[in-house]
This record gives sequence, C-alpha cells and structure tokens, in this order.
Amino acid sequence: MVVFDKPHALIDVPLHYCPGCTHGIVHRLVAEVIDELGIEGRTIGIAPVGCSVMAYNYFNCDMIEAAHGRAPAVATGVKRSDPENHVVFTYQGDGDLASIGMAETVHAAARNENITIIFINNAIYGMTGGQMAPTSLPGQVTQTSPYGRDPKLCGYPIKVCEMLSELEGPEYLERVTVNSVPHIRAAKKAIKKAFQNQLDGKGFSLIEVISSCPTNWGMTPQAALQWIEDKMLPYYPLGVYKDRSAQKEAE
Amino acid sequence: MAKVTFKTDNCKGCGLCIDVCPKKILRLANDKINKKGHHPAEIFDQDACIGCASCAIMCPDCIIKVER
Repeated sequence: MVVFDKPHALIDVPLHYCPGCTHGIVHRLVAEVIDELGIEGRTIGIAPVGCSVMAYNYFNCDMIEAAHGRAPAVATGVKRSDPENHVVFTYQGDGDLASIGMAETVHAAARNENITIIFINNAIYGMTGGQMAPTSLPGQVTQTSPYGRDPKLCGYPIKVCEMLSELEGPEYLERVTVNSVPHIRAAKKAIKKAFQNQLDGKGFSLIEVISSCPTNWGMTPQAALQWIEDKMLPYYPLGVYKDRSAQKEAE
Repeated sequence: MAKVTFKTDNCKGCGLCIDVCPKKILRLANDKINKKGHHPAEIFDQDACIGCASCAIMCPDCIIKVER
C-alpha cells in the first residue's frame, strides 16, 4: 500500500528551487489539496514574479503568469468570468504580495473577492539575490542592509495577516509555517480550508506560510529551519487571524 | 514491512529528511554523486523503517515514495 507519493496535481519534473528551499513543500501541499478536493480540472493558478515565477511549470492545472504583484487582480478577473466553475488561487512571495502588489492584495481582501491566496513569507527577495524585503526582520542582514535592517531608516516589517484582519472584507486569514513535520501537517489543513472556503463561496482566504531561504540567508537548510523557529516566529506568531464564519457561529 | 524509495536523480542533498527521521536510518550517500552533482539521500537500514513518511512530508523536492 502506498502511504506517500507525489500528488497528481504536481507535474513530475525537477523543481528549480535551491536545495532545502521550502517552496517545494508548499507546492506539494497545494497539489495535495487540489487532488483531495478533486478540482484539478477546474483550477486556475496565478503565478507571481519572484522565485516561484515558474510555478506554472509545476502545477498540473491551467496557470497564468501575472505582472509583478498583480496576481490578485488577475485572479479577480478569472474568478468573476465564471464564478461557479473556476477555482482560482494565487501563489505569491513577500516581494510580490507585500511590496509591489500590496494595493492589489488589500483591495482584493477589502472586496472579499472569492479567491485563495498562498503567501510565502521568507523575509527576503530570493530571486534577485537577497535584497531587503518589506518583511525582513529588524537587524536582519541582507544585500541591501549589510549592517542589519535599521527600523529608523527602513521602517518596520509588515505583518500582512494582522493588517488585513482589521478589514471587514476577508473571510479567512491564517499564518502557518513549514519548518517541521507537525507544522507542515497544520499548514496543509489551513490550505485545504482556504480552498474549501472558495468552493463554499465564502470569500477571500489568505494563508501566510513562513518559509526559509537558506541560500540568501547564508545558512544550511537545517540552520534556516531553526532560524524560522528562533527569529521569525516570535515576530510573526502563528495562528488564525480572521475566520468570519466561525465568528458568526460564535455570536 | 515498510519500504522507502528515493528518486535519486532529483535529490538535491539538502538533508532535511535525515533530521526528521525518527529511526535515524537515512544518510547522504558520500560515495555516490547524482546527475545534478549532489550526494543523494539514501536509506541504509530498510528493515528498521516504520513507514511514518516523515521524510517524504519534509522533502522539498517530493522525491520520496513510502509504501507499507
């Protein structure tokens, strides 16, 4: 009996990501959820600009490449063209979603657009070579902050889930991580809920996944996972930041 | 009887599977080099495997198949 194998929604090609990059884990979780919900044929993914720009080569469903940061806007159009059939998700990094695409993200959330967003937060610009991102931690050394990020000069990191949770619009916001097996299981549950919300017509769901970037953090894959635990999770606490349906039921 | 198989050519040798294995029966094959130029992960004590699939869940490149 096969206990574990590559999901059908993930194409059987080698991923281009660096060794130990957790993008591959999140790709697999999304693919597993697509398999389990049986929606491969009607799912349309929107790829971002960033390391995951080539996500369209890996998912076994239709994919569209959006301009930098504009994935939620493209997803809105695709979803509204056939709201009954299309299942639309975007897969975006922090440079894409939290920097250049912040306006699209906030307004899609404010409109409670019925889409699913998978947001990879690794606190750095990966593809361009490790520059400071809006989510880089105070004191974090990057290519453009060689003495560590100085909040007086560069401001403080943006906590996307907390920020969006103040809006009336969004249905579901949760922050998860993938630095250990139990966390990966929890992350899959969250991603599944985000897709299920869309199928149920509940609206905007965003799952923020705290990820590692061993190459640009300058660490081994193992040390990077530990750095998530020690440095990132205290600043970006895990948890559900908004679940409107559960709130309504409680009231 | 649990069985773990690796798609060795796609392994990038990150070693994340090795750390999460509860039985500590995985290692990087220092005497082998795959097509990508990495030392691939391998299992050296198949009989001790309990088929928990922790390695497969952790693998970023989805190269591990677990059967039980």
